[in-house]
Amino acid sequence: MRLFKQQNNVLPGFGPTLGFTIFYLSLIVLIPLSALVFRTAGLTWTEFISTVTAPRVLASYRVTFGAAIIAASINAIFGVLVAWVLVRYHFPGRKIVDALVDLPFALPTAVAGITLATIYSSNGWVGRYLEPLGIKVAFTPIGITLAMVFIGLPFVVRTVQPVVEEIEVELEEAAVCLGANRWQTLQRVIFPMLFPSILTGFALAFARGVGEYGSIIFIAGNMPMVSEITPLLIITKLEQFDYPGATAIACVMLLVSFLMLLIINLLQKWSRRYAE
Amino acid sequence: MKGEAFKGWSYKLREEQMSVPTKIYTTHSSERAQTEPAFVRWLLIAVALIFLTLFLALPLAAVFSQAFEKGLLVYLEALREPDTLSSIKLTLITAAVSVPLNLFFGVTAAWSIAKFSFPGKNLLITLIDLPFSVSPVISGLIYVLIFGLQGWIGPWLNEHDIKIVFAVPGIILATIFVTFPFVARELIPLMEAQGKEEEEAALVLGATGLQTFFRVTLPNIKWGIIYGVILCNARAMGEFGAVSVVSGHIRGMTNTVPLHVEILYNEYNYTAAFAVASLLAFLALITLAVKSVAEWKVRQQLNNN
Repeated sequence: MRLFKQQNNVLPGFGPTLGFTIFYLSLIVLIPLSALVFRTAGLTWTEFISTVTAPRVLASYRVTFGAAIIAASINAIFGVLVAWVLVRYHFPGRKIVDALVDLPFALPTAVAGITLATIYSSNGWVGRYLEPLGIKVAFTPIGITLAMVFIGLPFVVRTVQPVVEEIEVELEEAAVCLGANRWQTLQRVIFPMLFPSILTGFALAFARGVGEYGSIIFIAGNMPMVSEITPLLIITKLEQFDYPGATAIACVMLLVSFLMLLIINLLQKWSRRYAE
Repeated sequence: MKGEAFKGWSYKLREEQMSVPTKIYTTHSSERAQTEPAFVRWLLIAVALIFLTLFLALPLAAVFSQAFEKGLLVYLEALREPDTLSSIKLTLITAAVSVPLNLFFGVTAAWSIAKFSFPGKNLLITLIDLPFSVSPVISGLIYVLIFGLQGWIGPWLNEHDIKIVFAVPGIILATIFVTFPFVARELIPLMEAQGKEEEEAALVLGATGLQTFFRVTLPNIKWGIIYGVILCNARAMGEFGAVSVVSGHIRGMTNTVPLHVEILYNEYNYTAAFAVASLLAFLALITLAVKSVAEWKVRQQLNNN
């Protein structure tokens, strides 16, 4: 730790705390995650490719990524609306609504799953009104999308909300002085400021949706090729003791997560450009 | 603001900016250009509320309505079932082990990262955040790959009759993994924002390191800790995917509350499933309430500084 001691810092405990941090991080996160990579490296390249591009696996990517993109888009639209309404407008019960937005963070996914499945089943609270219209939600890809909307919503709201809070009123005043009407101000001044945070929220909601398991499997129906998500396929392979198969698919998912993490970090750097 | 990895959460820490309290009733011509016409405002509020009702309030109401559908007696009966009680016990044990460990880690990590500067800090922050980007299913799988029978040290463990995966230790490990970042990611930006002048003053006045921490730092980060711990606890008690992979689903033995909900639901025992689920929903409501208070206190404390 001598290397870092050049800093003029009188506070004690740097060595032990950083040491423990790295030790615990390695023990719980880094070594177990590397196990996944090493196990995948045990496969030959052709084995790996044929596993992760099998028709059933490809179908699960389509379902998972397709539903996650649609859900994240829905969340991007309504999340911005909710963030805007919560910051800019005053109405009775605003504080409670604000707190409720975090419900998907706090409610266990299994509870969300069985509840959504019950509400949207053909005799459920909402499902019974959709059934006559010919819309089947439960046990279809629509149900998967719905569950992803539920779990992804707070990500968009909580990313956009602080940016709306920080918009300086002078900018809007300036736009008005320069002759802009309200729509032009929204479109040309406010939206460009919100855009990076909207994209960040979209990416976060998408990343969460892709990996989500608990809230989806109850409503999905889990039919191979039609409504089977990739995380479920990993579990199915595991239950059949197909460890190499499960590991290979998991490795692809992990790669996607890392990619999303990188994109999100870049997006957040971009969205900070107005902050400083 | 340091630490790109902190996503939307760091908003709490920015200084309270003036948010324009656009009163919905005002129609002064000077304010007109800075807000939307009244009917547009009401329309947007209505659309937002309908969306939130449909996606958030309705499911919440449905949990309790389904749980009490057959009356209070059936509800209580479902909760008194031995398998339910043992799942509650296991969930409490799991949280009681994983939350304090992650709390200790969170405080030490935040101390080293927020109070000192060293190369590779941002990478370390990103790595601490990593478990949030990993699918819960993968979080469970990695422990099976290490401790399972086909895993790295599985055969050795088997020889010595130690069970980790498909037993309680595996459940606790997977829970520690998925709740790993909660306390740290809350404390790091908070302690960075507070700086280290107060601690330096304490040291100059002759306090020892531990005295400084317990008398100066701890009171400053108290609400941040409560915030992190309550979220960590909610996830620890509610985690499903990761725990499902490592549990082995042995009734009365390795079933946590969320797993027990799944079993009851798949047995078409809906009332019992929702009765047990309502416990978790109640926990979620308490979590949200405590979280709101903690958030408000943290903001207040930062503004006072």
